Amino acid sequence: MPEIVIFLLIKLVMTIVIFALWMTMVPFMIWLERKVIADIQIRIGPNRVGPFGLLQPIADALKLIMKEDITPAKADKLIYPIAPALLMVPALLAIAVIPIGGMVTIGERSFTLQIMGEYRGPNGFFVPELDAGILLSLALSSLGVYGVVLAGWSSANKYSLLGGMRSSAQMLSYELPLGVALVGPLLLASSLRLNEVVNAQSNFGIWFIIPQFVGFIIFLMSGTAEVNRAPFDLPEAEQELIGGYHTEYSSFRFAMFFMAEYLNMVTISALAVTFFLGGYRLFTDIVWLQPIWFALKLMLFLYLFVWIRGTWPRVRYDQLMALGWKVSLPLALINLAITAIVLAYVPKRAVLVLTITSIVLITIAYYGSSYNLRRSTEIAARSVMPAGIYRNQRKRGFNQV
Amino acid sequence: MIAELVIFIILGIVAVSSAFAVILSKNPVYAVLFLVINFFALAMLYLVLSAQFVAFIQILVYAGAIMVLFLFVVMLLNLTGAIESLQDKLPAQRWLAPALGMVLLVEIAVVFLSGFFAQVPEASELPEGFGTSAPVGMLLFSRYVLPFEVTSAVLLIAMVGSIVLAKRRP
Amino acid sequence: MLPAYPYLILSAVLFTTGTLGVLIRRNPIIMFMSIELMLNAANLAFITFARYQQSMDGHVFVFIVMTVAAAEVAVGLGIIVAIFRLRGNINVDELDEMKG
Repeated sequence: MPEIVIFLLIKLVMTIVIFALWMTMVPFMIWLERKVIADIQIRIGPNRVGPFGLLQPIADALKLIMKEDITPAKADKLIYPIAPALLMVPALLAIAVIPIGGMVTIGERSFTLQIMGEYRGPNGFFVPELDAGILLSLALSSLGVYGVVLAGWSSANKYSLLGGMRSSAQMLSYELPLGVALVGPLLLASSLRLNEVVNAQSNFGIWFIIPQFVGFIIFLMSGTAEVNRAPFDLPEAEQELIGGYHTEYSSFRFAMFFMAEYLNMVTISALAVTFFLGGYRLFTDIVWLQPIWFALKLMLFLYLFVWIRGTWPRVRYDQLMALGWKVSLPLALINLAITAIVLAYVPKRAVLVLTITSIVLITIAYYGSSYNLRRSTEIAARSVMPAGIYRNQRKRGFNQV
Repeated sequence: MIAELVIFIILGIVAVSSAFAVILSKNPVYAVLFLVINFFALAMLYLVLSAQFVAFIQILVYAGAIMVLFLFVVMLLNLTGAIESLQDKLPAQRWLAPALGMVLLVEIAVVFLSGFFAQVPEASELPEGFGTSAPVGMLLFSRYVLPFEVTSAVLLIAMVGSIVLAKRRP
Repeated sequence: MLPAYPYLILSAVLFTTGTLGVLIRRNPIIMFMSIELMLNAANLAFITFARYQQSMDGHVFVFIVMTVAAAEVAVGLGIIVAIFRLRGNINVDELDEMKG
């Protein structure tokens, strides 16, 4: 058998396994979310189907698939059916660049546990890791916006359209800080390959969350906004927009929106683990422990997402935009500039200096941004409130936002 | 050779037909989507021509940012209906344009296939790492550092200009 | 490896299609998209020459062309939105206030 066939077979098997692992994260995540939210709200949560309600997501999925698939009469006949797929496919493809484990050696072949990863065969057969893997994953995450916008537009429903418009503005605004926040770790790793980023963290002997704390906070914030999760879930704000862009969808197409949201969340968490929490690297080189270690850190982030949703109220639209453009983006750019300067002038002590500067920066940013957001609240309030009420509220400091 | 030919033919058909769909579709939303398909076909062609970095940037910048802006404006202005009036002020242009287009095509083809451009050397083995991010970045920050800085100034001016244009005057 | 001219012909065809789009349409957004099409045809030619000359300078030019295209789109769409606000219509045939 020629080497290229074996190469393709190994990659195919790896793709199927990683894909299956990712897809099992989705029902688990739905269960986790309902249980944790229930816990936060002092309820019990799902407990009827299976032990601890573990089979509840499967029951929900079956229920959704059994439902009638409705197409509104005035909906766009071409785009309406494919819009959920346009959201789902990029979410699935983004898995390809994330390394979930290190080098595996079987006989004379060795490869990393990463779909687009490195592969070495006998007789010098060598496929390098995909160059600029992070660019591919950012490109794919930016494509998800089409699914949302087109779903909103093609439904021929004004709430759907408003939801779609909101989400496109939101995703465009938060893509920039998301990308810029990742440049700091990339500079430290001096490579665009995700595997190199993981290796760099073990070479430095420190997770990049310490020297790049500002980048981590911005990434977490913009990542939450990018996947339309609470507190940034304005595109699907039930009270204002019914269901947002997926108001008209039912049955399996609705389930696809749901799944895509969770898949995106898992992918953002995986990127966060890879860039800031040392990825799959463990203190030992036992290969099969690495994916488990990776999955544990992943679940930490998924829990964090649910926790944030359970505790924070939804932000207002002007606050969302102010946070994106007036706080996150400048902060990410300042962080990038500091990282570049430190790496250029004190490369030996980069980690120490960056840790100190990030503590200073995050302190300044906390007070600065709370002033900034208060200003934008004042401006918004002045435009909607009668002058007397505005003056009164201002005296009391807009506490009840 | 055969594989590349097949890939080229498929991508070429996709690119040309989606390009025609862009200029012929009545609904601007469809035009935007066809243009996205066209950009994807071009990104694949860049991959075939071993320009990976540019291919990713093409998807990231064109499909992910620029076309979303187009879609955003089309929906914001709700231009999905027919806005092109029936009375054409230059009716001859519609019939003259294809003929002139053919002339242009022949002209470009003649220029590409003869004279200076015909001296394109035969393809041979590429150096290691051709078209990856590191060497492109090296060129960008060494030989082309001045054009690079100029583009940043262009972006700044465009940013200021679009904010001024979009600002509502009281 | 294919010779260079199929790619160049494809680039020429795409460029011509873009030109046709600018000439026959009256919707400024579609005319704009046709200009993007022309820019991309030029990019394809750049990449092709870069591949066959084995020099990466073409990639840098494509990078710069994309930046300029992004700037152009930002300003152009801003102008379209401003015109729409002013007149409620963006048919280019009716935008003739400035003719002398």
